[in-house]
Amino acid sequence: MDRDPRWLPEMVVADECFDAISVAELLRPVVDLHRRDPGRLLQILREAQEILGYLPRPALTAIAEALDLPRARVEGVAGFYSFLHLAPVGRYRVLFSDNVTDRMLGSVELMDRLCNRLWVERGKLSEDGLLSVDTTSCTGMCDQGPALLVNGQVLTRLSAERIDRIGELIRAQVAMADWPREWFHVADNIRRRDVLLDARWSAGEAVRAAVVRGRERLLGEMKLSNLRGRGGAGFTTHTKWESARRAASDDAQGRCYVVCNADEGEPGTFKDRVLLASYADLVFDGMSVAGFAIGAAKGLLYLRGEYAWLLPALLENLARRRHNGLLGARVCGQPDWMFDIEVHLGAGAYVCGEETALLESLEGRRGVPRIRPPYPVQEGYQGRPTVVNNVETLCKAALIAVRGGAWFAGLGTKQSTGTKLLSIAGDVASPGVYEYPFGVSVDQVLGDCGAGNAQAVQVSGPSGTCLARHEFARRIAFEDVPTAGAFTVFGAHRDMFEVARNFAHFFAHESCGFCTPCRVGTTLVANCMDKIANGSGSQSDIGEIFRIHRLLHAASHCGLGQAACNPLFDTLSKFRPAYERRLRSLDFAPAFDLDQALSVARRMTGRDDPAAHFGLGAGVQRGEP
Amino acid sequence: MNPAIEQRKLRLATTSLAGCFGCHMSLLDIDERLFDLLDRIELDRSPLTDIKHCGPCDIGLIEGAVCNAENVHVLREFRQQCKVLIAIGACAVNGGLPAQRNHLDLGQCLQEVYLTGPGIVCGQIPNDPELPLPLNQVHPVHEIVRIDYFIPGCPPSGDAIWKFLSDLLDGRTPRLGHPLLHFD
Repeated sequence: MDRDPRWLPEMVVADECFDAISVAELLRPVVDLHRRDPGRLLQILREAQEILGYLPRPALTAIAEALDLPRARVEGVAGFYSFLHLAPVGRYRVLFSDNVTDRMLGSVELMDRLCNRLWVERGKLSEDGLLSVDTTSCTGMCDQGPALLVNGQVLTRLSAERIDRIGELIRAQVAMADWPREWFHVADNIRRRDVLLDARWSAGEAVRAAVVRGRERLLGEMKLSNLRGRGGAGFTTHTKWESARRAASDDAQGRCYVVCNADEGEPGTFKDRVLLASYADLVFDGMSVAGFAIGAAKGLLYLRGEYAWLLPALLENLARRRHNGLLGARVCGQPDWMFDIEVHLGAGAYVCGEETALLESLEGRRGVPRIRPPYPVQEGYQGRPTVVNNVETLCKAALIAVRGGAWFAGLGTKQSTGTKLLSIAGDVASPGVYEYPFGVSVDQVLGDCGAGNAQAVQVSGPSGTCLARHEFARRIAFEDVPTAGAFTVFGAHRDMFEVARNFAHFFAHESCGFCTPCRVGTTLVANCMDKIANGSGSQSDIGEIFRIHRLLHAASHCGLGQAACNPLFDTLSKFRPAYERRLRSLDFAPAFDLDQALSVARRMTGRDDPAAHFGLGAGVQRGEP
Repeated sequence: MNPAIEQRKLRLATTSLAGCFGCHMSLLDIDERLFDLLDRIELDRSPLTDIKHCGPCDIGLIEGAVCNAENVHVLREFRQQCKVLIAIGACAVNGGLPAQRNHLDLGQCLQEVYLTGPGIVCGQIPNDPELPLPLNQVHPVHEIVRIDYFIPGCPPSGDAIWKFLSDLLDGRTPRLGHPLLHFD
């Protein structure tokens, strides 16, 4: 939330434009549509913002009253998510994707260009209230960047000419519906197909196959397949399903849920986007198969806010499935099985990719991770047993329902069965989605995607592993290099320090703020990196980064904080000269110009004598050049 | 260990920059343990000795934040002379009370205090070269020089200081657990 006092007068004026009664009236259809359910608070806030442009205080009050929630709870949720705004953001809200891949393609220069052309300062509302320009975390368009979001709509393949045209359209206040359609085109860029991407299937095939096999045999096939979660952690899917089913049957009510984690927030990952865009039926089939296996009546798909543009097609697909008897009462003619799927939209919070934070968000709260145990399979969504699976995992489960576990176990390696989708971007000739059997070597992948002169690969995003050239013989598998899918390639000309600095700022921005080690530590690390970047760094700053790394690893509440220093640790181990060449040859130096720190006092006293400066003398004393 | 290192008394220097000497009072609060301490250390520059410049030392204790040019010179001298430099107390660790002025503009402050405040006639901002100039912002000591250890607290208790120093003298990495570690 912006606490800059300069905003206050404008905020007050803007908030006063809304009187309490008319706002409540305006928002009534929204809250009624969501049955005044506090669990749908995030969805209600999103939709309220769509109507009002931002969330003025009277709107928060009206929503709190309608939902019978404390006002602070509503404001707490509204203040948590990046895409919810408590101050006006203009009719055109432009957000540049700020992943390192976007930067490598020139996003910083493009943003400056747009700001200059429109006379607007980054992060500030333009004086006429027309627009604001800012950055956002990776939008999942690394294979077709640089990308930006305008009012939630994604524009890919930006160029200087396109930025100029966008500036003209905004200044002329042309409605977004009238912007050239090809700007919004999102390509799948599927470059290598294996069993999943090459599969011939029809909607509902997997569900029918599961029903024919029956619950016990289906779970048997899942066990045989040894499928492990594709979200990164690699937990055995069968164990998860079995635990949830057992927990649900132990309970008199027996309610349980399937949740599809489509909060694909790890910078550099975009394979779930492709699955949701072109394989949505397989995703929904997978959710239904999981629902059948554990006896769930409801599935929830949590779609990250950055992918809101996918929503209409997904809803259309769900309607079609209901029409075809694949959802609703008596799925596939089964008299005792009803199952339906709902889509929840996130609102820009990386931490919601953590499964318990995702559940909190699904229940309409701030996305703060829960303490485990209890695990979601015991007490998940609304305290009921819940299976949370990655999009790709569910697609694989659908394939297993059709083709059996033994077939699947025959692919990949012993402990990592099947195939893996990789989101390849960065310095490669053909960025896009590649499907490989597990066990493929990094070298082979680099050869296939046309990475000419790679010096490093960041596998599984900032929280994953950075591999240097001498490690390219390693293999993508849980036994060696595990991954959630990101595979970002850096050519020899890239500065690995700047890569790590981008990641450090990413974590500082995305820390949920709940636990102090992570909230404070990620910012200290980012400050350290900025200090080194500004040429004021020293060996003791590097020591400080290591110290904070150990502290975050040991003391953070969830994986975000624990992994936050991984990219720095890796790059410091493997690319230390990239840091060292920026250091001043000192034991320690302040982050700021000490002599400038006396400037005001000099001006006010009119002094310019030697004692009014930290001159050469002090520097020589300390062995400065 | 080399017996010469074992037996030599360690030299300790202390100073208060922009602080209230509360941490030094807390150091005195170790009471009769002061005798044990003085068996093992000898004091260099410190309010207790009135030595004006710090010589080569093993340990330096810095109380207070950095608010003017003189503070910077003293702190640099301590860093140069002390093998181990310790920030003691809230002001040294975080800026503390002196840093409360950081949300005010120094220029406006000086103007109001010496020129335009009520009752001032023909005022003048003091500009004698003898006086150290105030910094635009008050800084914790670790933003100016490298600091090896931090003892938080306002002030840290005598027990905390004793525990810390005896750890250091005995060759253990100093560690303040509950209830000695606190920030208020």
